[in-house]
This record gives sequence, C-alpha cells and structure tokens, in this order.
Amino acid sequence: MELHDVWFVLIAVLWIGYFFLEGFDFGVGILTKLLARDRKERRVLINTIGPVWDGNEVWLLTAGGATFAAFPEWYATLFSGFYLPLLLILICLIIRGVAFEYRHKRSEDRWQTNWEHAIFWTSLLPAFLWGVAFANIARGVKIDREMEYVGTFWDLLNPYAILGGLVTLSLFTFHGTVFTALKTVGEIRTRARKLALGLGLVTAALALGFLIWTQVAKGDGTSLVAMLVAVLALVGAVGAVKAGREGWSFALSGVTIAAAVAMLFLTLFPNVMPSTLDPSWSLTVSNASSSPYTLKIMTWLAGIATPLVLLYQGWTYWVFRKRIGTQHIADAH
Amino acid sequence: MDLALAPETMARWQFGITTVYHFLFVPLTISLAALVAGLQTAWVRTEKEKYLRATKFWGKLFLINIAMGVVTGILQEFQFGMNWSDYSRFVGDIFGAPLAFEALIAFFFESTFIGLWIFGWDKLPKRLHLATIWMVSIGTILSAYFILAANSWMQHPVGYRINEERGRAELTDFWAVLTQNTALAQMFHTLTAAFLVGGAFMAGIAAYHLARKKHVPVMKSSLRLGLVTITISGLLTAVSGDVLGKIMFEQQPMKMAAAEALWDGEDSAPFSIFAYGDVAQGHNKVAVEIPGLLSFLAHNNFDEHVPGINDLNKEMQEKYGPGDYRPNIPVAYWGFRWMIGFGMASLGLGVLGLWLTRKKFMLPQSMRVGEDEVPHLVLFKKALSPKFTRWYWVVALWTMLFPLIANSWGWIFTEMGRQPWVVFGVLKTSAAVSPNVSQAEVITSLAVYTLLYAALAVIEVKLMVKYAKAGPPELTEADLNPPTRIGGDDRDADRPMAFSY
Repeated sequence: MELHDVWFVLIAVLWIGYFFLEGFDFGVGILTKLLARDRKERRVLINTIGPVWDGNEVWLLTAGGATFAAFPEWYATLFSGFYLPLLLILICLIIRGVAFEYRHKRSEDRWQTNWEHAIFWTSLLPAFLWGVAFANIARGVKIDREMEYVGTFWDLLNPYAILGGLVTLSLFTFHGTVFTALKTVGEIRTRARKLALGLGLVTAALALGFLIWTQVAKGDGTSLVAMLVAVLALVGAVGAVKAGREGWSFALSGVTIAAAVAMLFLTLFPNVMPSTLDPSWSLTVSNASSSPYTLKIMTWLAGIATPLVLLYQGWTYWVFRKRIGTQHIADAH
Repeated sequence: MDLALAPETMARWQFGITTVYHFLFVPLTISLAALVAGLQTAWVRTEKEKYLRATKFWGKLFLINIAMGVVTGILQEFQFGMNWSDYSRFVGDIFGAPLAFEALIAFFFESTFIGLWIFGWDKLPKRLHLATIWMVSIGTILSAYFILAANSWMQHPVGYRINEERGRAELTDFWAVLTQNTALAQMFHTLTAAFLVGGAFMAGIAAYHLARKKHVPVMKSSLRLGLVTITISGLLTAVSGDVLGKIMFEQQPMKMAAAEALWDGEDSAPFSIFAYGDVAQGHNKVAVEIPGLLSFLAHNNFDEHVPGINDLNKEMQEKYGPGDYRPNIPVAYWGFRWMIGFGMASLGLGVLGLWLTRKKFMLPQSMRVGEDEVPHLVLFKKALSPKFTRWYWVVALWTMLFPLIANSWGWIFTEMGRQPWVVFGVLKTSAAVSPNVSQAEVITSLAVYTLLYAALAVIEVKLMVKYAKAGPPELTEADLNPPTRIGGDDRDADRPMAFSY
C-alpha cells in the first residue's frame, strides 16, 4: 500500500466523519419544521447541536484542505467542475452558521422566524446536494485529457445523482431524528422516535435502490460487503429505535452512513474521479496525488492530530451529555 | 473577450472582495479572543465582578464577530479550487499542506472550544471554563500562522522544486516554508496589527459609555485595557512593519518601489509624502518627499541605492521574458500610505488617551477619581474643558475603525503589489485561473457573494451596535456560582441552560 492509497482511505475517513457528524446536524435543522410544533421545541432541537455543530463542520474544511494537499488535481477538478452546486452549498453553510448564532440575538418574532426558515432550508439543500455530488463522483463525469470537467451543470442532475441526493437527504434526516430521540426528553423525544420509524422505512427503500444501482453498475465483492453492512445497519437502526434503544439506533445509523460512503469509495478505487469520456483520462490516486514527500508530511500530521481531535471533540459530547427538554430553554434572553 | 469582464478579472475581484471582507472579522477575532481570555482570567484570579461583567460583555461582541469570521472562512477553503484550479494544480503540493494543517490543528481547536466556552458556563468548573477560551485564542493564533506561512510562500517561494514532467511545483522542505523570514515577519506584523484592531475596538466602545457616564467601573477597566493594547501593539506593529518592509525590499523590490512611486533608482532615495504621476510615461508630475528616508527604511543607511520601477521592470523582462511586471502603481502607492497613516494615527490617539486618562498616583490629588467615576481627561496639571473632553470621546469612538482600514489596505497593498505574479517569480496570476469555469459562472458567484456579504454586513453591524450600546449584563446567581462538576451539577438538572440558542 503506497502513501497515496493511504491518503485515499484517509480522505474517505474525513468525508465519513463529516457526513456522520454534520449529517445529524442537517437532520436536526430539517426537523425544525418536520418535528417541532412551536418555537420552544425548535429551540430544543437547535440546542441539541448548539455546542457541537461548528466543530462538526470543520470535518468538511479538513476534507477540503486535505484533498488540496494530498490530491491537488482532484481538488482542482472537483471544485472547479461542480462549480454551481458547490456555490449553493457554500452559500447555505454561510447563512446557516450565521442563523444559529444570530437567531436568538433579537426578540422580534419576524427576525426569529426568518432565521428559522433559513436553518431549515440551509440544512435541507446541502443534505441533498452532497448526495448529488458524491453520486456524480462515483458514477463518473465528463473529464477531458487535461483533467478538466467539461460537462454542464445539468449533466450533474442525472437520475442516479438525484437518487443519491434523496438518499443523503433522507438518511441524514433519519440520523438527525434518532439523534434527537437520544438527546431530548419529554414529548418531543416520543415524537422523534415515532417519526424515526417512518423515516427509516423511506430511507431504507431509497438507499436500497441507490446502493443496488451502484453495486450493479460498478460494484465488486468488497463493495457488496459494504453494501450489506449499510443495509443491515439501517434495518438494525430502525429496529433499535422501535425497541427504544436510542443509543444503539444512533450508532447503527452512523454505521449506515459510514458503510455507504465506504462503498462509494470502494467502487471508485483506484480512480478518484472517473472520466466518462475516456477511462484513460480518469483522475486516479497516482496521477492526482501529491509528491511522496508532501504525502509523508501529511501522514505525520494526520497520525498525530487526528487522535487528539477525536479525543477532545469526543470529550465535548461527554460534557454536553445531558438530555435537553423544553424546561431547559429560558423564555427570554 | 472584454478584459473588464474576463473570468480572470472577475475571479480576482471575487478573491479581493471575499478575502478583504473575511479579514475584517479575523483581526478582531484574534485580538478579542485573547483580550476576553485576559478579562476572564482577571475574574477568576481576583473575583471582582466587574471583570466577569466585562468578560460577558466583550465575549458577546466577540461571538457576534467570530460567527461572521467562521462562515466567511468556509468559502476561502474552496475558492482556490473553484476559481483558481490551475493555481491549485500547480502549487497544491506545497500550498495545500499548510491549509490542511490549519484545518486539522487550528480550526478544530477554535470551533470545538468555542462551543465549550459558549455553552459551558453552567457545564464546566470555573478554571476549566477559563481554559476553553484560552484554547480558542491559541486556535486563532495557530490558524493565522499556518495561513500566513502559505501566503508567505506566494510572496517568497522557498523549499520547492519545479517538476517538469508533472508540470508543477513540488515541496522539498516544509520546514523552510514554515520558518522562512517572510513567514515569521508577516506573522509578527499581522498579529500586532490584529491587536491594534481589538484595542481600538475596546477603547472606542468604552469611550462611548464613559461619555454617557454609564457602566463606569467595567468601561473604565476596558478603556485602560484597550488603550494599553493599542499602545503596545501599535509600537510593535511599527517595528514589525519595518522588519517586513526591509525583507520586502530584498525579496520584492518592485512592490516597494511601487509603494513609493519611485520610478527611477536613486542613491539616497527619498520617502514620498505625496505623489501624482503618469503611469504610462513612468514618472511623477508632482512629488513631495523627505530626502534619504527611503534608503534608510530599506537598508538602514541614508545613502544606499534603491532601484526604481523602470529599472526593475527592465531587469525582470530580461529575467522572465517580455511583459509588464509593474503592479498597479497608484493602488500600491496609496494602499501603503493608508496602511501606515491609519495605523499610526490610531497609535497616536491611543498613546494620547493613555496619557490623558493616566492613573491616580500620577495625578494631583484634585484630579483623582474613584473606582466608579469617569476618569478626568488631564493634560498636565489641568483638566481639559468639558467640550474638549466630549470631543475626545467622540474621536476615540470613531478611531475604532482606523486599524481596520489600515489592515485592509495592508493586505490590498501586499497582494496587489505582488502582481502580475500569484507566486512571485514562479506563476503569473493570468495562468492561475480555472480554464473551464465560464464567465457566466464567475459573474454569478461574484454577484451572489457580494450581495450576500452586503446583507450580512448590515445585519452584523446592527447587532453589534445593539449589543455594544446595551452595555454589560447584570450578573445572575448562576453566574456567580459556577458548577463544580464537569457536565453541570445535579442540583441544576432541571434549570434552564445558562446559555441557549
């Protein structure tokens, strides 16, 4: 295993970390309209992710920065190629961050309602668009011999990619619902558990379709294993939430996300962005990667910093381990 | 294609707008994080309530500010790939690494511990909670360091080789990138200038309240802290600016010649106070100068030769082939002056303020004021007239913007002064843009970002004003009785959270 293979795995790990963590953030944002009945309940939801959403989002910045450093060509082709969807995602993330921080800073009803709309839409759109983006990466796009994306925006909205978007959207919402059940008390928790059942079934249907499509088009033995893990974990997550085991359910919905992302990366390897115009024009782990020296430095960095990050980020979740209910939300500021 | 709307021009405007905008929030974040941490430390050590109230007050403004810094920073991480894909391909092997370091070391630090600090008042014991804001501060400084190392490599590329086969630059010595003198001097200069922003911010808002005789104990301490910060950081900004300037005379003489509108090289070169010139003809029509000073700034010697724009342009044409190697001279010239002018003006006013509000023991008996009284403005042995005093508070309030202006122009100067290069001597800006991104796409994103940022600016400034005017909050029972256990004490189990969104 050469260093660029290691980095292929590490990039996958960073995206898994991102989708696992911000996945439930997005889900919780979507639930502000799906589950919450009034402002106080919306605030309960928002506060379950309050102390952690920012740290969760850094997984994206790290995935971006690490791709830049380890696979500059991948970084360049991907972000210049998927220009408009990425623009939309960035705009959403910009508004979303401000919305969390500023919503409570004024007491006017309209001010708060507007930011609440913003939280919903800016959670929903990226949850969908990330699926579209990754489905396109897995499927392959029009890349020329200069490694430039030469397709259009509309090429990215093919049926497979849209199904991929619906899968991440529903999966993240499900993940967020289970997270809510795990982190709240009172009536909202009961409703979250009920909603999780229905959402779980929808997600399972969509995910099964998408994963089988992927497996038939690109899969091999290892991707089949990942697919089975994803599907079984999802079924397990639904079962666990039904049985009232919220912790298990959350862990299993996390496994679903991890296995599904892993499956996409397994079908990619050794490509990082396959070309549909000519397979020899595809970006691969070797023609898109940095020099061995840079990869060595990056490996040292990842080896030392990642465990530390996991440690103190994990500690944060422990500090804020208590469940939140409407009684914990002060009326005014 | 019309050059004014060419993708390269649009991409440059986009980078300029989004980066200058991002950097309005960055220096305030860096300095306020440390200043708030200092105030909270004072609270923990002395248990004086005014320090806790100051911590909460400045902390709130800090959070309004950092929210914008964080979200506008997301875009920066991806902009290179979106608009500058050929740049990313060419230098990613080198430039990507400090960015990844920044994300993995600094961003995680900042974002995780800021969450702990915001929500941790009733979840963490006092000292542990204090530690989290220091962690945030360390995170902001580390972040500055890595991104400045990356930028310094663009100013002065070191530790690399050109790989002809792959058609790109490759890293050969990461340590050299992290520790070259350009990076260290930029770090020194940027950090001190950041504290100038925070000091002026604090002094300005404190002056607003003191002029109205409100929240006096908290604001008096804040005013002193702000003025002391301005004085120290202002002096250090001047020193570090001199160091960085000397390095630039060596590494990018064209930038410095442009900064002075020095068209033709001179022995005992003068420092220009005012110039108006003809760029096409390559000379100044009007020039007001201090003889010999430029030679001194460049080489610590009033007589030494400093090369001019025209000489350097010729030299670079011989070295790099035909072309125009001059940056935009008026922008470089005036940018340099705005930077120094506004920066030094805020230092001057800060020092003046420190003298006027000097401490009790340095004042005659009749001038001394108690803990909860507004300090007299004292020139020598005589207090200033009420009218003058009023004016001083107003000036102090508006001076708060000076260091921000200076910071922005500093970056505009250093980035535009490097043109036409994106990586000095290695890669031209025109060769760095994304070839496959259409004009329509860049214009769309430029328009969207500009409108979004303008709207957010209005929202942010209004909030900032609202909370700045509101003054420090009253303390509650819970504020004065922080938990003793991590995660919060059991007695608090059903109490509302100390802070909630």
